[in-house]
Amino acid sequence: MGFLDTLLGRTKPVQPKLDDLFALPSAAVTLDAGAGFKPTGSGSVCFRPVEGRSFSDVQKDVQELLDVSAGKEGGLPVEVTTDSYGFNWLVSSHMSDELDALVTDLHAVNSSLVDNGFGPQLLCTLVAFRDDQERRLGLVYLYKRGTFYPFAPLAGERRDNALELQVKGVIGSDLKFEPDLSRWFPVWGAPGL
Amino acid sequence: MAARTRYAPDRGLTVRMTATMFLLGLVFVAFVAAIIAIGAAYHASSAAIVLFAVVLGGGFAIGSLFYSDKIALATAGGREVGPNDGPMARDLHGTVDRLCALADMKKPRVAIADTDLPNAFATGRNADHAVLCVTTGLMRRLTPEELEGVIAHEMSHVAHKDVQVMTAASFLAIIAALLIRIAFYGELFGGGRGRGGNNQNAGIIMLALMAVSIVVYAVSFLLIRMLSRYRELAADRSGALLTGKPSALKSALIKVSTDMARIPTQDLRAAEPLNAFFFAPAMKLNAKASLSTIFSTHPSLERRLAELDKVQQQLGRTAG
Repeated sequence: MGFLDTLLGRTKPVQPKLDDLFALPSAAVTLDAGAGFKPTGSGSVCFRPVEGRSFSDVQKDVQELLDVSAGKEGGLPVEVTTDSYGFNWLVSSHMSDELDALVTDLHAVNSSLVDNGFGPQLLCTLVAFRDDQERRLGLVYLYKRGTFYPFAPLAGERRDNALELQVKGVIGSDLKFEPDLSRWFPVWGAPGL
Repeated sequence: MAARTRYAPDRGLTVRMTATMFLLGLVFVAFVAAIIAIGAAYHASSAAIVLFAVVLGGGFAIGSLFYSDKIALATAGGREVGPNDGPMARDLHGTVDRLCALADMKKPRVAIADTDLPNAFATGRNADHAVLCVTTGLMRRLTPEELEGVIAHEMSHVAHKDVQVMTAASFLAIIAALLIRIAFYGELFGGGRGRGGNNQNAGIIMLALMAVSIVVYAVSFLLIRMLSRYRELAADRSGALLTGKPSALKSALIKVSTDMARIPTQDLRAAEPLNAFFFAPAMKLNAKASLSTIFSTHPSLERRLAELDKVQQQLGRTAG
């Protein structure tokens, strides 16, 4: 925020950065080679719904758009859930080797929201990974920062910090990682993870 | 582009806030001019006294700014909590985390005050030292959505740097108040020994200084309160835009304000010094009285609800 905005108590809603998301498929290859984590094929976009007709119309359009693209390939329909904090998660499921298609889907959600003026409502995108021991790992993309961070939940709302840091070591140079660790906020119970 | 129109700033609010700050600046200039004029008229310098007041007042303002987080937390009885300190703290941290990520803000420290008074405040000299405090009474009464609205309002105060702005605005009033006091005692003791022309002159200077300071104090006090009310409206607006749910903030305001009016005065008096930072002021509701309106730090409930209606219309408008 600029000096004048501060003085006048105005907040400019932050517009999301979308492009860095496309670095994900190549980083996934590195992650598999370096740590043995494979994409599950499921990914989600988390956004803050806005009250009123305008936003619900946009959300319906996005859902229909993704359902059509899923229908063509015989894939699973898109799922929308609301978490306990009142954020909506739009989950798209693909085969595990279709990470490119998944990222394209997620990007379609982003761009429809942005095109309709709801870009500031985007919170994060999460792409799920799993290794041979069934350990869960999510790569979270923060729209407002344009950065990634890993989230590895354990049973009982604990985080596997060692695994998260290991992942950062493996793909830290492939992706723009969030340098501020205090912004690696947990997304407990994120659908699709 | 649609994105710009949907979150357009409120021009009326901007104009009123600018006018208030301009007037504060004008009072400051008039104050300085009056002090110089007094000195010149009596061929004496009041510089030493004024300098003393400025240094003392400046020290006081900087001190309260620097320790604002600690002072406010201690007064409210808030204690800082981590995300693992129980279910209440976990939910609070979760909400703050998400709002920070949505607004691209640094996460403030989070504190909980164990009191039934339903309120929240955010303070600290800058975003790195910000602390957000919520009372247990507030968390008990509000739904998660309403609580989120209140937290978004408080985080907007942090984003707007309201503690710094209000401290800077109060600087003038602090100096004026100090000068009144210095001049009063100067008159009392200097006047008592009054003999000879020089002392008489000094007595008149003191009187003039006191008169000017009283006027400046009164005017700047009203302007500061006005500015504070505008900044509350600005925080309401930014908070509602951030969560996208003005109606949740409205119902939180109604709940907190009506509950606050029911609480016995004993509690309210203890909470009064913190009023300026609170989400809703700790005092009896009296929306009709116009005099209490110009003295209060917060706009009336009706005014806040009306402004949030505007946000609601703005968000619901179809793009294009």
